[in-house]
Amino acid sequence: MEFIDYYKVLEVDKSASEIDIKKAYRRLARKLHPDLNPNDENAKKKFQQINEAHEVLSDPEKRKQYDKYGKDWKHAEQFEKAGQQQQSNNNYYSGQQGAASGFDEGDYSDFFESVFGRGTGRRGSANTKFRGQDFRAQLQLDLKDVYHSHQQTLTVNGKNIRLTIPAGVENGQTIKISGHGEEGANGGPKGDLYITFSIANQSKFRREGSSLYADADLDLYTAVLGGEVMIDTFEGKVKLKVTPGTQSDLKVKLKGKGFPVYKKEAEFGDLFLTWKIKVPTNLSEKEKELFNELAKLRNHGN
Amino acid sequence: METENLIPLQAIITHHNVEVTFIDSLHEYGLIEITTVHETRYIFKEQIRELEKMIRWHYELDINPEGIETISHLLKRVNGLQEELVAARNRLRIYEGE
Repeated sequence: MEFIDYYKVLEVDKSASEIDIKKAYRRLARKLHPDLNPNDENAKKKFQQINEAHEVLSDPEKRKQYDKYGKDWKHAEQFEKAGQQQQSNNNYYSGQQGAASGFDEGDYSDFFESVFGRGTGRRGSANTKFRGQDFRAQLQLDLKDVYHSHQQTLTVNGKNIRLTIPAGVENGQTIKISGHGEEGANGGPKGDLYITFSIANQSKFRREGSSLYADADLDLYTAVLGGEVMIDTFEGKVKLKVTPGTQSDLKVKLKGKGFPVYKKEAEFGDLFLTWKIKVPTNLSEKEKELFNELAKLRNHGN
Repeated sequence: METENLIPLQAIITHHNVEVTFIDSLHEYGLIEITTVHETRYIFKEQIRELEKMIRWHYELDINPEGIETISHLLKRVNGLQEELVAARNRLRIYEGE
């Protein structure tokens, strides 16, 4: 557990007045409030720190206690003892309700909790939340997991939620599950659950939306003469015709062999293959002879 | 009109301990929609989240309704840009070979 210099967090002197502290808090809160910094974990963390600092320094009793013990971290034992005693004897700060807005309960530092007990928020009961807090979660999946719609049970805040993951969901996409957030206060609506997908791709296919891209090897003879080859798609092999005289890096489109289109049942994007022609190596004498003949024919032809 | 998806404005004002003039100014700036049914003013349930944000900005961060309007506008742009960023990053993965 690290000592936290709350004065430093709020960028004020130790002699700062209540008004100075309030001003400093508001200035920093306007900069770092999670509402104003969506999806910025760093800002959220800093906002929690300034909230914590403000909660301590704006309350004369807490500030006094912090000034007394907090500055001398070498007396940690005594310091913690004082905190524990306060929790068990007085339960001094637990009479208030509600956490600071945009600041989840339980987000206080260990340091704060050891001195002041569990975080209890600085707004009174008149300001407890009407609507429940939203929960946010990240779900890690593999690309093959989102090729088909499937059901998955998630545990969010100790509750199991069974949900359908729609095929074709994107990496980085966030979906909202209404009503699966925190319970509302005083009969208010529940918050929502936001799930952000992190989709790893271990396949040889590159994905862009519902389009898939891949390279496919083609032997020289089939490239020259044409024919049929078996190629890999995301869901197994298919037979593909190759036109005579196929060049390396030529792209072919396989309609409907791409990735499922999000929220469109049985609709698929396309697969784009780029031919990579493999030139034979380690030729036998006979092969060299035949290639030489071909070369001569071609030169005469020109 | 059904009031199932509506929340009486007075309940919000009392609950959050906010001034009615503040709510009215948000309405004037077009930031929230207020509907009147049988002489009672309501707000739509799905707007509660946004309204609570604006209450926080005003009462915790000391931002006036003009500032709230500007922030709301900019946040919409930030959200749009973040979506574009995710799409662009996914596109980049194709060329970076994951």
